Amino acid sequence: MIVFKLNGNKVSSAADVNTPLLWVIRDEFGFKGTKFGCGIGLCGACTVHIDGAPVRTCSFPLIAAENKNITTIEGLENKHPLQQTWIDEQVPQCGYCQSGQIMQAASLLASNASPSDQEIVDHMSGNLCRCMAYVRIKSAIKNAAGVMSAEVQTFDPSSSTQQS
Amino acid sequence: MKNIKDAKNNVSLSRRRFLVGSVSGSLLMAFAPLVGAVGLGDSPQETLKNKLFTPTVWFEINPLGEVNINIAKAEMGQHIGTALARVVADELGADWSKVSITHVDTDPKWGYMVTGGSWSVFQTFKPMSQAGAAGRIALIEAAAKILNCPAEQCSVENGAVLYQDRSISFGDIVAKGNFNRAFTPEEINALPLKPASKRTLVGKPALALDIPAKTNGSAVYGIDVELAGMVYARPIIPPTRYGSKITNVDDSAAQKIKGYLGYYLLQDPSDNLQGWVSVAADSYYGAIQAADALNVSYQVGKTAKVSEQDILQEGERLVADKSEGGLFIDEGDFSAASTKADQAIDAVYRTHTVLHFALEPVNATVEEKNGLWHVYTGNQWQSLTLPAIAKALQVTDDKVVMHQQYLGGGFGRRLFGDYAIPAVLTAKAIGKPVKMVFTREDDSRFDQPRSPSVVSFRAVFDQENKFTGMEHALAAGWPTLSMAPGFMPESLDKKTRVDMFSTSGADHWYSMDNHRVRVVNNSLAQQTMLPGWLRSVGQGWIVWGLESFIDEIAHQSKTDPIDFRLSMLDGLGKQAGKAPESVGGAKRLANVLNILKQKTKDVKLAKNEGMGVAISSGQERTMPAWMACAAQVHVEPSSGKITVKKLTMIVDAGVIVHPDGALAQVQGSMLWGTSLALHEQSPIENGQVSNLNLNTYSPLRMSDVPELDIEFVESDEFPVGLGEPGVVSIAPAIANAIFQITGVRVRDLPITAAAIKNA
Repeated sequence: MIVFKLNGNKVSSAADVNTPLLWVIRDEFGFKGTKFGCGIGLCGACTVHIDGAPVRTCSFPLIAAENKNITTIEGLENKHPLQQTWIDEQVPQCGYCQSGQIMQAASLLASNASPSDQEIVDHMSGNLCRCMAYVRIKSAIKNAAGVMSAEVQTFDPSSSTQQS
Repeated sequence: MKNIKDAKNNVSLSRRRFLVGSVSGSLLMAFAPLVGAVGLGDSPQETLKNKLFTPTVWFEINPLGEVNINIAKAEMGQHIGTALARVVADELGADWSKVSITHVDTDPKWGYMVTGGSWSVFQTFKPMSQAGAAGRIALIEAAAKILNCPAEQCSVENGAVLYQDRSISFGDIVAKGNFNRAFTPEEINALPLKPASKRTLVGKPALALDIPAKTNGSAVYGIDVELAGMVYARPIIPPTRYGSKITNVDDSAAQKIKGYLGYYLLQDPSDNLQGWVSVAADSYYGAIQAADALNVSYQVGKTAKVSEQDILQEGERLVADKSEGGLFIDEGDFSAASTKADQAIDAVYRTHTVLHFALEPVNATVEEKNGLWHVYTGNQWQSLTLPAIAKALQVTDDKVVMHQQYLGGGFGRRLFGDYAIPAVLTAKAIGKPVKMVFTREDDSRFDQPRSPSVVSFRAVFDQENKFTGMEHALAAGWPTLSMAPGFMPESLDKKTRVDMFSTSGADHWYSMDNHRVRVVNNSLAQQTMLPGWLRSVGQGWIVWGLESFIDEIAHQSKTDPIDFRLSMLDGLGKQAGKAPESVGGAKRLANVLNILKQKTKDVKLAKNEGMGVAISSGQERTMPAWMACAAQVHVEPSSGKITVKKLTMIVDAGVIVHPDGALAQVQGSMLWGTSLALHEQSPIENGQVSNLNLNTYSPLRMSDVPELDIEFVESDEFPVGLGEPGVVSIAPAIANAIFQITGVRVRDLPITAAAIKNA
């Protein structure tokens, strides 16, 4: 039995310990926002935060989640500035990769409140958007960074899971 | 002979009436057949209430004034529901904040269901406008009775009917009024539609209705569907697309996998699956592992050794042999021009196999309840897919319902939904609900790839070195031949039937005195793969060659490539265009090219940089989006490394219904064009695509994105489709720039640094 925190709640899974965390999150706990794309960690659609760091759950075994603090897109609770700029800039097309894009971008802004264009590109180039909405992804990240600086606070992606 | 676009266009109102009736306290509006088997003598209200009709468009307004519009189109990133709802709501005079949409399941009442070809806005703009206008008139008539005032002095604004200083909301009209109104076809055609200047929603900024759910994980795609009691399944893709037979299955290793439930030999009466096995488990991870562990032996199909090179060689033979294929265009007398010619240039352009690689791997979740098969999946062409599913199950079409989900990318892969067939056959074998998901590698191996293509050109010149004619021959695998052969017209010379999706673009808008186009199906490609419709389809590979070769002709005749193009865009004869879809014809293409010329004339190019130009009029001659593209490119001399610095695109697509959605489609399609030009290929090896996942298949990433400068021409002309055409001109514009920089004429897609360096 593997025990960990998922979006603030303590949970446990009896699945095969080698099961990629992706399937546990989606099929056992029902957080479907985290997506399956390539299965080899190269598209980023399955990105979540594990203790604040962006992780590709398609290639991360359940056993490694023991006692970790995991946040999925649902755990952002529509409160992350990126989620608003994603709407403001009308970023998603098919939308399938966007949970992963937002989680990846959130981890950048958590450690770098005003990233340069190059820093955004370097941080985001592991996330494939097949609709190729890249221009808007980049600009929504910049604008979210602007909003966050203006509010003089930094979003801590693990905050929602630290209360319990 | 109907083409698919017209077959689908059954919301044309020629034989339909429009009904408006009060039903259960709401106002229901629908198109219905003029003559139906039942309900002829019934009032509109009774007909609507008793569903004695098969409407193709309908919407309703409840007493709160909320308008719900049913959308029969697939949502795959184009925000189509938003665009279509705004067309209705604008004419209706609705309050946009009270408008919602519902993506409907398959039902014969919707008529022909297909989302593709960049057709949606083009085909539904007029009927949706008329539906809104009819609703507006019914609301005004009812309001006039309530307010006791003359209807002709009422107007509609933002969800209310206004008369002098009084107003009544749609909700109140619906609550108080009694609607029982029919519009005849004649009345529908005479409905006053708003002039462009009076539009309040069409052409104005709007937030897409589907986007919020795509920022918080709540949007439901096919892969997210769960049914009570379902098991998970994964297919095992046979070594050849056709003709593989299973000779033995050994599941002794799979037996050791936790949760393994068994394997199933899939017998498919629809014949789409040949030599398929699926495995089931109580988790998807279990199904992945069990499929990996299953040892299946095959008697392989005859294409098991076919390579990309084999298909291309066959293509080269076919374009060279004038007895192959059939004529698609034969204008003037190319043979005579050729005999008289002083000079000629020849070239062969090719493209390699590419994948759709929609990020959501194909999948379907299925259950049978009381003899009815429920299929939950994202699909673009239900009217093609549903009968195939029914055939596979050996049931009639009315025993299958497809429940539409969001598509995690379509791009043409989800037109023919053959991926639902192994899911239904597995569910039938197990007798339980099944969720079948393809892994990424399974998805790639079962893709309907864009066929390799080979295209030859010959241009002839007179003694003054003036261009006098062009011959063009095209060979590729044809999607329509395998998947919808009923939609193929005869060639000019009646020698063959033609896949219009594999010829579109060869019928360009340049005036040429002598022009001949021959088209040939590459049967080796056809036998090896199921060739797919991939975003921009034939235009994507045909115009790649055409616009590169036009550049070659310009250089041969020592004219500026832009001016040379303009000289042939005279809009004369058949190039004059037709109302409503191509008013202005080639002159509008010349216009976007002229704007591009002005816009880019002062660009300062750095060392080893060039700017190439190409134009396009996708997606079809009967629905042209006029586009001109300039690609500013850098080539590193030592390595041949190509960097696209900037793409400038001028677009005239008539009225733009949803401007931000249109911009998103053009941005995405231009980057698709870049990706297909430089980054993507999955050559056939041993009868199958070889690059299956992102370790070897490498679509464009954020780090590769050039600067985009996109300008829409203001236009009141009829709106045309924009989902695909932005792809078309990118590759040739890049190649034409590379020629400027290096003098190397690249003729293979994708273009590689090696091709430049080794030239």
